[in-house]
Amino acid sequence: MRGPVRSEDNNGPGFPAPVTADIRLSVNGDEHPVTVDTRETLLDTLREHLGLTGAKKGCDHGQCGACTVLVDGRRAKACLTLTVTVDDREITTVEGLARDGVPHPLQAAFVEQDAFQCGYCTPGQLCSAVGMLAEFAAGWPSSVTLGAVSPGAVAPGVEGRPPLCDDEIRERMSGNLCRCGAYPNIVAAIRQVAP
Amino acid sequence: MTTVAMPNVGSALDRVDALEKVTGRARYAYENFPADLAYAVPVQATIAKGEISAVDVDAVLQLPGVIAAIWHANAPRLAPRNGDPELAVLQSSRVAYRGQYVAVVVAETLESASEAARVLRVRYDADEHDVELRPGHPGLYRPDHVNPYFPTDTEQGDPDAALAAARVVVDATYSTPAEHNNPMEPHATVAVWDAEGLTVYDSTQGASNIRDTLAPLFGLPPGSVRVISPHVGGGFGAKARAHPHVALAALAAKQVGRPVKLAVTRQQMFAVTGYRTPTIQRVRLGADADGRLTAIVHEAIEQSSTVSEFAEQTAVPTRMMYAAPNRRTTHRLVRLDVPTPSWMRAPGEAPGMYALESAMDELAIACRIDPIELRIRNEPDVDPESGRPFSSRNLVACLREGARRFGWAGRDPEPGIRREGGLLVGTGVAASVFPVYRMPSQATARAEPDGGFTVRIAAADIGTGARTVLTQIAADALDAPMDRVRVEIGDSALPPAWVAGGSAGTASWGTAVVRACEALMDVLHGRAGDVPPEGLEASADTTQEVRAQRRFAQHAFGAQFAEVAVDMDTGEARVRRLLGVFAAGRILNPKTARSQLIGGMTMGLSMALLEESVMDQEFGDYLNHDFAQYHIAASADVRDIDAVWIEEDDPGLNPMGSKGIGEIGIVGTAAAIANAVHHATGVRVRDLPIRLDKLVHGVI
Repeated sequence: MRGPVRSEDNNGPGFPAPVTADIRLSVNGDEHPVTVDTRETLLDTLREHLGLTGAKKGCDHGQCGACTVLVDGRRAKACLTLTVTVDDREITTVEGLARDGVPHPLQAAFVEQDAFQCGYCTPGQLCSAVGMLAEFAAGWPSSVTLGAVSPGAVAPGVEGRPPLCDDEIRERMSGNLCRCGAYPNIVAAIRQVAP
Repeated sequence: MTTVAMPNVGSALDRVDALEKVTGRARYAYENFPADLAYAVPVQATIAKGEISAVDVDAVLQLPGVIAAIWHANAPRLAPRNGDPELAVLQSSRVAYRGQYVAVVVAETLESASEAARVLRVRYDADEHDVELRPGHPGLYRPDHVNPYFPTDTEQGDPDAALAAARVVVDATYSTPAEHNNPMEPHATVAVWDAEGLTVYDSTQGASNIRDTLAPLFGLPPGSVRVISPHVGGGFGAKARAHPHVALAALAAKQVGRPVKLAVTRQQMFAVTGYRTPTIQRVRLGADADGRLTAIVHEAIEQSSTVSEFAEQTAVPTRMMYAAPNRRTTHRLVRLDVPTPSWMRAPGEAPGMYALESAMDELAIACRIDPIELRIRNEPDVDPESGRPFSSRNLVACLREGARRFGWAGRDPEPGIRREGGLLVGTGVAASVFPVYRMPSQATARAEPDGGFTVRIAAADIGTGARTVLTQIAADALDAPMDRVRVEIGDSALPPAWVAGGSAGTASWGTAVVRACEALMDVLHGRAGDVPPEGLEASADTTQEVRAQRRFAQHAFGAQFAEVAVDMDTGEARVRRLLGVFAAGRILNPKTARSQLIGGMTMGLSMALLEESVMDQEFGDYLNHDFAQYHIAASADVRDIDAVWIEEDDPGLNPMGSKGIGEIGIVGTAAAIANAVHHATGVRVRDLPIRLDKLVHGVI
């Protein structure tokens, strides 16, 4: 990564010029050399510069979840992530969920259960569901997990760990808003795929 | 009219565009990248009323990457003529509401445009504003009609005398707040000018409508404007008309001579893309001791902006729901210094039926009659005000089927007595209704030489499943398998069509598709099935057919049942169960229909418990203008929910025998939940939403 560069041209009185950085961004297994404005969010880099418009902008404030992607396998809101902070991470978007042209089981389940209507929140729901299932498998509790009083209360591999019930899915997916109201079908699709 | 035999129609099929949507390939408006693109970011007024005195354009033009800063002093002139005055963007120094567009900045990057818009200095001469809808407001007046063309007031018999003589009277005032549509995809427009004219990629419920709006605004013939909109991330009425950003994007692109993309931010959407007006509704019901209505009076007041009049038809459903010899409905409007309200899912029915169906619950209690029985006793034989017969009316069947499925029998009507630990539990019911419309549309059907078919119509799929259902309809009309039929929609270059609105999309477009396919089949039969190398095409225009249809009273009906639990310590109400039973003609795709009905009910749940746009009286702004503060239902809010329907054969409607299902799901939900909250707690909440603070004092 080249260090941040301050543009010298044409900056007006009192306004600093944009600062850019040349970075390599790893998205869905592909390396993208890209010059980014340091003010730029990962969501805008993906959508406006890499042509990856799967991740959606629903609020740009981390309140709706439509921009959810996976950063090193964990759910992240791309609209709250500055691109320059993830040059050393592996990013997965909805475009990277399928393998060799075969839809991810969650993608197939979303189709089968009609887990969307307009489709705008769907990429975020799917990435969120992938990340959520990994969190559950790793033993992370949610606020509806019985006995979960603090993070780590339900340790990985502990016997008797509760199953992923609908209440857990709803709770863990509540950061992804859907105005069409596809929630029950989203829950059914995730339940169908969950181990 | 008879409905045609249809093997695909009626089947629970996956969406034909499902794979595009789950893989991220479906392309929405802002996701188009014409060459030499620039970014536009609008600037909004920070006063609610007054004049713009100066805009410091020169300062932001010094910023790197900034191409233009446009306001009324340097903007190209538009020709709004008789059109929507909201679309006269940057044409005047006048500010009519806080958040109105006063300028737009265009820059090379989104970051530069956003920063320049943020620092652009706009000076104002502010006037005193009035943004408060209140009973007795001196500005209240009687609009000429209410949306879209209903009489403002109606009266039959002598309702005042009947109320005075009634054995039982309910007299209650209900209020509903301003609510914002908030589709997940914010409104967005990419505008491109070339020698041919203007092309816009727009997030819209009706490409033909946007074209017909934009063309005169920019002094162009309709053929010089093209609107492309294959995928739309929800609308719920907010994208059924052109809002100011569409004109602003086209104006900015024209000014800078480059393609421009503009997305309305979530925060901006609360001022410039329409909303549901707040309402204050007084409902008076008079009945005999058996609960038979002798008088129904429903009087609504609402707001609109000083820019244009939008008069919502809040009391209109009350004109046809129940029998009573004496009745009156009225609408009064006040023009405030507020953003212009517009359509939001079931305008009129959603707030109006909350009031009427809450009042019916209060009457049931006053008469000591089961609320389902009360509704059955007041079923009209014909539309009470017009005297027309109903083409089909199965409200009673919905109520009875819902009661059976929900386990209503044996319900103890006594409020506030069912405890489960720290919870109070109750159940409620309310009726749903939505009118059946059908509007003229055109379509073409084409036989391709390879044996396939292409059907074209400028319909819109905003998540309804229109693309799928029209493919089903076309396949059956062509007697062809679904995978041989390609339906093209979402482009004003296709045959013009009605918007996705008024729950009339499928009926309007489906009729045109069936007629075009029938015409093509006639041609094919005449040629013994021979398709020449250039293909064969037939077209249809349903204008005459729609105008000639018989004038029945046509409505879809439904019954909604809710079970709620209210926390006695916090006053928090949660919906445990929600069941909707609907009678909506023939259901064309049970899979997508169930999704749409549940989606409407979910928005109704959200309306009941969460949604409220709070007006800041001092600054004239909707305060809670984002998803952190304007709450909509999340997954954890929606638990045991289901929608079912009863078979209904109503062949007079259209060739499919269908009624619209896009809006009825939200109608009645809030009343069913409010009625259940009363049954649980004994507290009657007459002003939505049912917040904790409205219950907590009553349950402790």
